[in-house]
Amino acid sequence: MDIVILVATVVSGAIVFSVVELIRRNKLKEKYSLLWLAASLVILFFSISRKALETISLLVGIYYPPSFIFLIASLFLIIINIHFSTVISELYEKNKNLTQEIALLKKAMEEIRSGNE
Amino acid sequence: MLEDINAHFPAADIVVINDGSTDATSAVAKTSGAKVIDLPHNLGIGGAMQTGYKYAEQRGYDVVIQFDGDGQHRADQLETLFEPLLNNGADMVIGSRFIGEKAYKSKFSRLIGIKILSGAVSLLTGKRITDPTSGFRAANRRVVEFFSRYYPDDYPEPEAVVLLKRAGFKIAEVPALMRERQAGSSSITAFKSLYYMLKVLLAIFIDMLKRVPGR
Repeated sequence: MDIVILVATVVSGAIVFSVVELIRRNKLKEKYSLLWLAASLVILFFSISRKALETISLLVGIYYPPSFIFLIASLFLIIINIHFSTVISELYEKNKNLTQEIALLKKAMEEIRSGNE
Repeated sequence: MLEDINAHFPAADIVVINDGSTDATSAVAKTSGAKVIDLPHNLGIGGAMQTGYKYAEQRGYDVVIQFDGDGQHRADQLETLFEPLLNNGADMVIGSRFIGEKAYKSKFSRLIGIKILSGAVSLLTGKRITDPTSGFRAANRRVVEFFSRYYPDDYPEPEAVVLLKRAGFKIAEVPALMRERQAGSSSITAFKSLYYMLKVLLAIFIDMLKRVPGR
Protein backbone atom coordinates (compact mmCIF):
# COMPACT_ATOMS: atom_id res chain seq x y z
CA MET A 1 0.00 0.00 0.00
CA ASP A 2 1.25 3.45 -0.90
CA ILE A 3 2.16 5.60 2.02
CA VAL A 4 -0.08 8.34 0.61
CA ILE A 5 -3.08 6.01 0.77
CA LEU A 6 -2.24 5.11 4.36
CA VAL A 7 -2.05 8.78 5.30
CA ALA A 8 -5.33 9.52 3.54
CA THR A 9 -7.04 6.64 5.36
CA VAL A 10 -5.82 7.71 8.77
CA VAL A 11 -6.63 11.38 8.23
CA SER A 12 -10.11 10.84 6.79
CA GLY A 13 -10.84 8.27 9.51
CA ALA A 14 -9.83 10.84 12.13
CA ILE A 15 -12.08 13.46 10.52
CA VAL A 16 -15.08 11.12 10.48
CA PHE A 17 -14.43 10.34 14.14
CA SER A 18 -14.09 14.01 15.11
CA VAL A 19 -17.27 15.05 13.31
CA VAL A 20 -19.25 12.25 14.96
CA GLU A 21 -17.76 13.16 18.35
CA LEU A 22 -18.65 16.85 17.91
CA ILE A 23 -22.23 15.95 17.05
CA ARG A 24 -22.44 13.60 20.05
CA ARG A 25 -21.25 16.34 22.40
CA ASN A 26 -23.75 18.75 20.91
CA LYS A 27 -21.04 21.10 19.69
CA LEU A 28 -22.01 20.92 16.05
CA LYS A 29 -25.48 21.32 14.64
CA GLU A 30 -26.36 18.29 12.52
CA LYS A 31 -27.27 20.68 9.70
CA TYR A 32 -23.67 21.87 9.43
CA SER A 33 -22.08 18.47 9.94
CA LEU A 34 -23.71 16.72 6.99
CA LEU A 35 -21.26 18.11 4.44
CA TRP A 36 -18.27 17.32 6.62
CA LEU A 37 -19.49 13.78 7.24
CA ALA A 38 -20.16 13.25 3.55
CA ALA A 39 -16.72 14.62 2.61
CA SER A 40 -14.81 12.54 5.10
CA LEU A 41 -16.77 9.34 4.39
CA VAL A 42 -16.23 9.66 0.63
CA ILE A 43 -12.52 10.26 1.15
CA LEU A 44 -12.31 7.39 3.60
CA PHE A 45 -14.04 5.11 1.11
CA PHE A 46 -11.62 5.93 -1.71
CA SER A 47 -8.64 5.63 0.62
CA ILE A 48 -9.63 2.11 1.67
CA SER A 49 -10.85 0.83 -1.66
CA ARG A 50 -7.85 1.06 -3.96
CA LYS A 51 -9.82 -0.64 -6.72
CA ALA A 52 -12.63 1.92 -6.74
CA LEU A 53 -10.11 4.74 -6.63
CA GLU A 54 -8.16 3.43 -9.63
CA THR A 55 -11.28 2.77 -11.68
CA ILE A 56 -12.78 6.18 -11.14
CA SER A 57 -9.43 7.98 -11.57
CA LEU A 58 -8.83 6.42 -14.98
CA LEU A 59 -12.43 7.14 -15.89
CA VAL A 60 -11.89 10.89 -15.43
CA GLY A 61 -8.40 10.79 -16.90
CA ILE A 62 -6.27 11.02 -13.77
CA TYR A 63 -3.24 8.75 -14.00
CA TYR A 64 -2.02 9.12 -10.45
CA PRO A 65 -5.00 7.82 -8.43
CA PRO A 66 -4.16 9.41 -5.04
CA SER A 67 -4.49 12.87 -6.61
CA PHE A 68 -8.14 12.03 -7.21
CA ILE A 69 -8.52 12.11 -3.42
CA PHE A 70 -7.13 15.65 -3.39
CA LEU A 71 -9.55 16.60 -6.11
CA ILE A 72 -12.51 15.31 -4.09
CA ALA A 73 -11.22 17.00 -0.96
CA SER A 74 -10.85 20.39 -2.63
CA LEU A 75 -14.26 20.13 -4.28
CA PHE A 76 -15.83 19.42 -0.91
CA LEU A 77 -13.97 22.36 0.62
CA ILE A 78 -15.34 24.67 -2.05
CA ILE A 79 -18.89 23.39 -1.50
CA ILE A 80 -18.54 23.69 2.28
CA ASN A 81 -17.26 27.25 1.96
CA ILE A 82 -20.10 28.31 -0.30
CA HIS A 83 -22.47 26.73 2.19
CA PHE A 84 -20.87 28.74 4.98
CA SER A 85 -21.25 31.94 2.98
CA THR A 86 -24.96 31.31 2.62
CA VAL A 87 -25.23 30.59 6.33
CA ILE A 88 -23.38 33.82 7.16
CA SER A 89 -25.58 35.82 4.79
CA GLU A 90 -28.66 34.37 6.44
CA LEU A 91 -27.30 35.15 9.91
CA TYR A 92 -26.43 38.69 8.82
CA GLU A 93 -29.98 39.24 7.61
CA LYS A 94 -31.43 37.90 10.85
CA ASN A 95 -29.03 39.96 12.93
CA LYS A 96 -29.93 43.11 11.00
CA ASN A 97 -33.64 42.50 11.48
CA LEU A 98 -33.18 41.87 15.19
CA THR A 99 -31.08 45.00 15.61
CA GLN A 100 -33.70 47.11 13.85
CA GLU A 101 -36.49 45.47 15.81
CA ILE A 102 -34.74 46.15 19.13
CA ALA A 103 -34.19 49.81 18.22
CA LEU A 104 -37.83 50.23 17.18
CA LEU A 105 -39.09 48.47 20.32
CA LYS A 106 -36.88 50.64 22.51
CA LYS A 107 -38.32 53.69 20.81
CA ALA A 108 -41.88 52.47 21.35
CA MET A 109 -41.15 51.68 24.99
CA GLU A 110 -39.65 55.10 25.56
CA GLU A 111 -42.77 56.70 24.10
CA ILE A 112 -45.09 54.63 26.28
CA ARG A 113 -43.05 55.51 29.35
CA SER A 114 -43.04 59.25 28.68
CA GLY A 115 -46.77 59.08 27.94
CA ASN A 116 -47.43 57.58 31.38
CA GLU A 117 -45.61 60.24 33.34
CA MET B 1 -30.03 70.62 10.15
CA LEU B 2 -32.91 70.02 12.56
CA GLU B 3 -33.47 73.77 12.95
CA ASP B 4 -33.48 74.06 9.19
CA ILE B 5 -36.31 71.56 8.88
CA ASN B 6 -38.24 73.02 11.79
CA ALA B 7 -38.00 76.47 10.20
CA HIS B 8 -39.04 75.48 6.69
CA PHE B 9 -41.27 72.57 7.35
CA PRO B 10 -42.63 72.59 10.90
CA ALA B 11 -45.33 70.02 10.09
CA ALA B 12 -42.75 67.29 9.55
CA ASP B 13 -42.06 64.61 12.14
CA ILE B 14 -38.31 64.20 12.23
CA VAL B 15 -36.82 60.81 12.92
CA VAL B 16 -33.08 60.62 13.49
CA ILE B 17 -31.45 57.24 13.12
CA ASN B 18 -28.33 56.94 15.22
CA ASP B 19 -26.33 54.10 13.75
CA GLY B 20 -24.58 52.96 16.89
CA SER B 21 -22.73 56.22 17.47
CA THR B 22 -21.87 56.97 21.09
CA ASP B 23 -21.25 60.71 20.71
CA ALA B 24 -23.78 63.41 21.63
CA THR B 25 -25.74 63.09 18.35
CA SER B 26 -28.63 61.33 19.96
CA ALA B 27 -28.96 63.74 22.93
CA VAL B 28 -28.65 66.85 20.75
CA ALA B 29 -31.30 65.57 18.35
CA LYS B 30 -33.65 64.79 21.25
CA THR B 31 -33.44 68.30 22.65
CA SER B 32 -34.43 69.66 19.22
CA GLY B 33 -37.62 67.67 19.43
CA ALA B 34 -36.68 64.95 16.96
CA LYS B 35 -37.62 61.34 17.48
CA VAL B 36 -34.38 59.45 17.88
CA ILE B 37 -33.92 55.78 17.18
CA ASP B 38 -30.68 54.42 18.58
CA LEU B 39 -29.41 51.27 16.97
CA PRO B 40 -27.66 49.04 19.51
CA HIS B 41 -24.79 48.47 17.10
CA ASN B 42 -23.62 49.81 13.80
CA LEU B 43 -25.57 48.45 10.83
CA GLY B 44 -24.13 50.56 8.05
CA ILE B 45 -26.01 53.00 5.87
CA GLY B 46 -28.46 50.54 4.31
CA GLY B 47 -29.54 48.91 7.55
CA ALA B 48 -29.83 52.25 9.33
CA MET B 49 -31.87 53.79 6.55
CA GLN B 50 -34.16 50.78 6.46
CA THR B 51 -34.81 51.23 10.19
CA GLY B 52 -36.29 54.62 9.34
CA TYR B 53 -38.50 53.10 6.66
CA LYS B 54 -39.61 50.36 9.03
CA TYR B 55 -40.50 52.99 11.63
CA ALA B 56 -42.52 54.91 9.04
CA GLU B 57 -44.17 51.69 7.92
CA GLN B 58 -45.21 50.77 11.47
CA ARG B 59 -46.49 54.24 12.31
CA GLY B 60 -48.48 54.59 9.12
CA TYR B 61 -46.73 57.53 7.51
CA ASP B 62 -47.77 58.21 3.91
CA VAL B 63 -44.77 60.22 2.81
CA VAL B 64 -41.18 59.73 3.90
CA ILE B 65 -38.31 62.03 3.11
CA GLN B 66 -34.73 60.89 3.30
CA PHE B 67 -32.54 63.71 4.53
CA ASP B 68 -28.83 63.50 5.31
CA GLY B 69 -27.69 64.65 8.71
CA ASP B 70 -24.51 66.36 7.53
CA GLY B 71 -26.12 69.61 6.40
CA GLN B 72 -25.88 68.91 2.67
CA HIS B 73 -29.60 68.84 2.10
CA ARG B 74 -31.74 71.94 2.36
CA ALA B 75 -35.15 72.02 3.93
CA ASP B 76 -36.23 74.86 1.61
CA GLN B 77 -36.02 72.30 -1.24
CA LEU B 78 -38.53 69.96 0.39
CA GLU B 79 -41.65 71.36 -1.25
CA THR B 80 -40.29 70.79 -4.77
CA LEU B 81 -39.05 67.37 -3.72
CA PHE B 82 -42.38 65.83 -2.88
CA GLU B 83 -44.51 67.75 -5.34
CA PRO B 84 -44.28 64.92 -7.96
CA LEU B 85 -45.50 62.42 -5.34
CA LEU B 86 -48.72 64.35 -5.04
CA ASN B 87 -49.30 65.49 -8.61
CA ASN B 88 -47.33 63.25 -10.94
CA GLY B 89 -48.11 59.82 -9.61
CA ALA B 90 -44.44 59.26 -8.85
CA ASP B 91 -43.63 56.66 -6.18
CA MET B 92 -40.21 58.04 -5.38
CA VAL B 93 -38.64 61.40 -6.14
CA ILE B 94 -34.91 62.04 -6.20
CA GLY B 95 -33.52 65.50 -5.61
CA SER B 96 -30.86 65.86 -8.28
CA ARG B 97 -27.89 68.20 -8.11
CA PHE B 98 -27.44 68.00 -11.86
CA ILE B 99 -30.66 69.38 -13.24
CA GLY B 100 -31.85 72.92 -12.89
CA GLU B 101 -30.06 76.20 -13.22
CA LYS B 102 -27.25 75.98 -10.69
CA ALA B 103 -24.96 73.07 -11.42
CA TYR B 104 -23.35 71.40 -8.45
CA LYS B 105 -19.63 71.83 -8.09
CA SER B 106 -17.54 68.95 -6.92
CA LYS B 107 -14.24 67.27 -7.48
CA PHE B 108 -13.74 66.17 -11.06
CA SER B 109 -13.17 62.53 -10.17
CA ARG B 110 -16.41 62.42 -8.25
CA LEU B 111 -18.35 64.02 -11.08
CA ILE B 112 -16.98 61.47 -13.52
CA GLY B 113 -17.89 58.67 -11.13
CA ILE B 114 -21.44 59.93 -10.77
CA LYS B 115 -21.74 60.41 -14.55
CA ILE B 116 -20.76 56.82 -15.24
CA LEU B 117 -23.08 55.51 -12.53
CA SER B 118 -25.84 57.68 -13.89
CA GLY B 119 -25.27 56.17 -17.33
CA ALA B 120 -25.35 52.63 -15.98
CA VAL B 121 -28.44 53.18 -13.84
CA SER B 122 -30.22 54.94 -16.69
CA LEU B 123 -29.35 52.11 -19.05
CA LEU B 124 -30.57 49.43 -16.66
CA THR B 125 -33.76 51.19 -15.69
CA GLY B 126 -34.58 52.66 -19.08
CA LYS B 127 -35.12 56.00 -17.43
CA ARG B 128 -32.73 58.90 -17.27
CA ILE B 129 -31.48 59.27 -13.70
CA THR B 130 -28.98 62.13 -13.44
CA ASP B 131 -28.08 61.77 -9.77
CA PRO B 132 -28.36 58.15 -8.65
CA THR B 133 -26.22 58.69 -5.55
CA SER B 134 -28.31 61.52 -4.15
CA GLY B 135 -29.68 60.70 -0.72
CA PHE B 136 -32.24 63.49 -0.89
CA ARG B 137 -35.41 61.56 -1.63
CA ALA B 138 -39.10 61.38 -1.03
CA ALA B 139 -41.10 58.16 -1.08
CA ASN B 140 -44.78 57.36 -0.94
CA ARG B 141 -46.51 54.74 1.19
CA ARG B 142 -46.08 51.92 -1.33
CA VAL B 143 -42.35 52.49 -1.54
CA VAL B 144 -42.13 52.76 2.26
CA GLU B 145 -43.78 49.35 2.58
CA PHE B 146 -41.49 47.93 -0.08
CA PHE B 147 -38.34 49.37 1.50
CA SER B 148 -39.28 48.09 4.93
CA ARG B 149 -39.09 44.61 3.41
CA TYR B 150 -36.23 45.02 0.94
CA TYR B 151 -33.53 47.61 1.18
CA PRO B 152 -30.02 47.23 -0.22
CA ASP B 153 -27.15 47.17 2.25
CA ASP B 154 -23.97 48.29 0.63
CA TYR B 155 -24.62 51.22 -1.72
CA PRO B 156 -28.28 51.76 -1.06
CA GLU B 157 -28.92 54.92 -3.08
CA PRO B 158 -28.08 53.73 -6.58
CA GLU B 159 -29.05 50.15 -5.80
CA ALA B 160 -32.47 51.19 -4.51
CA VAL B 161 -33.21 53.10 -7.72
CA VAL B 162 -32.58 50.02 -9.85
CA LEU B 163 -34.48 47.80 -7.43
CA LEU B 164 -37.54 50.07 -7.39
CA LYS B 165 -37.60 50.44 -11.12
CA ARG B 166 -37.36 46.67 -11.61
CA ALA B 167 -40.23 46.18 -9.18
CA GLY B 168 -42.28 48.51 -11.36
CA PHE B 169 -42.31 51.70 -9.30
CA LYS B 170 -42.34 55.15 -10.87
CA ILE B 171 -39.33 57.33 -10.17
CA ALA B 172 -39.08 61.05 -10.84
CA GLU B 173 -36.22 63.52 -10.50
CA VAL B 174 -36.47 67.16 -9.55
CA PRO B 175 -33.75 69.79 -9.34
CA ALA B 176 -32.42 70.24 -5.83
CA LEU B 177 -29.91 72.72 -4.53
CA MET B 178 -27.47 71.38 -2.02
CA ARG B 179 -24.96 72.92 0.33
CA GLU B 180 -21.39 72.02 0.97
CA ARG B 181 -21.54 69.65 3.85
CA GLN B 182 -21.24 71.30 7.27
CA ALA B 183 -20.33 68.37 9.41
CA GLY B 184 -18.63 65.08 8.85
CA SER B 185 -16.92 64.02 5.69
CA SER B 186 -18.30 62.03 2.82
CA SER B 187 -17.88 58.32 3.11
CA ILE B 188 -16.32 58.71 -0.34
CA THR B 189 -13.02 60.57 -0.60
CA ALA B 190 -11.79 61.96 -3.91
CA PHE B 191 -9.12 59.31 -4.32
CA LYS B 192 -11.53 56.54 -3.79
CA SER B 193 -14.34 57.78 -5.98
CA LEU B 194 -13.40 55.70 -9.01
CA TYR B 195 -12.94 52.64 -6.86
CA TYR B 196 -16.27 53.42 -5.23
CA MET B 197 -17.90 53.69 -8.62
CA LEU B 198 -16.57 50.29 -9.66
CA LYS B 199 -17.85 48.70 -6.49
CA VAL B 200 -21.27 50.28 -6.93
CA LEU B 201 -21.41 49.10 -10.55
CA LEU B 202 -20.50 45.61 -9.43
CA ALA B 203 -23.13 45.68 -6.68
CA ILE B 204 -25.75 46.83 -9.18
CA PHE B 205 -24.87 44.11 -11.64
CA ILE B 206 -25.00 41.51 -8.87
CA ASP B 207 -28.40 42.91 -7.89
CA MET B 208 -29.51 42.40 -11.47
CA LEU B 209 -28.93 38.66 -11.01
CA LYS B 210 -31.44 38.59 -8.21
CA ARG B 211 -35.07 37.85 -8.76
CA VAL B 212 -37.26 40.91 -8.50
CA PRO B 213 -38.93 40.83 -5.11
CA GLY B 214 -42.71 41.00 -5.23
CA ARG B 215 -44.35 44.29 -4.36
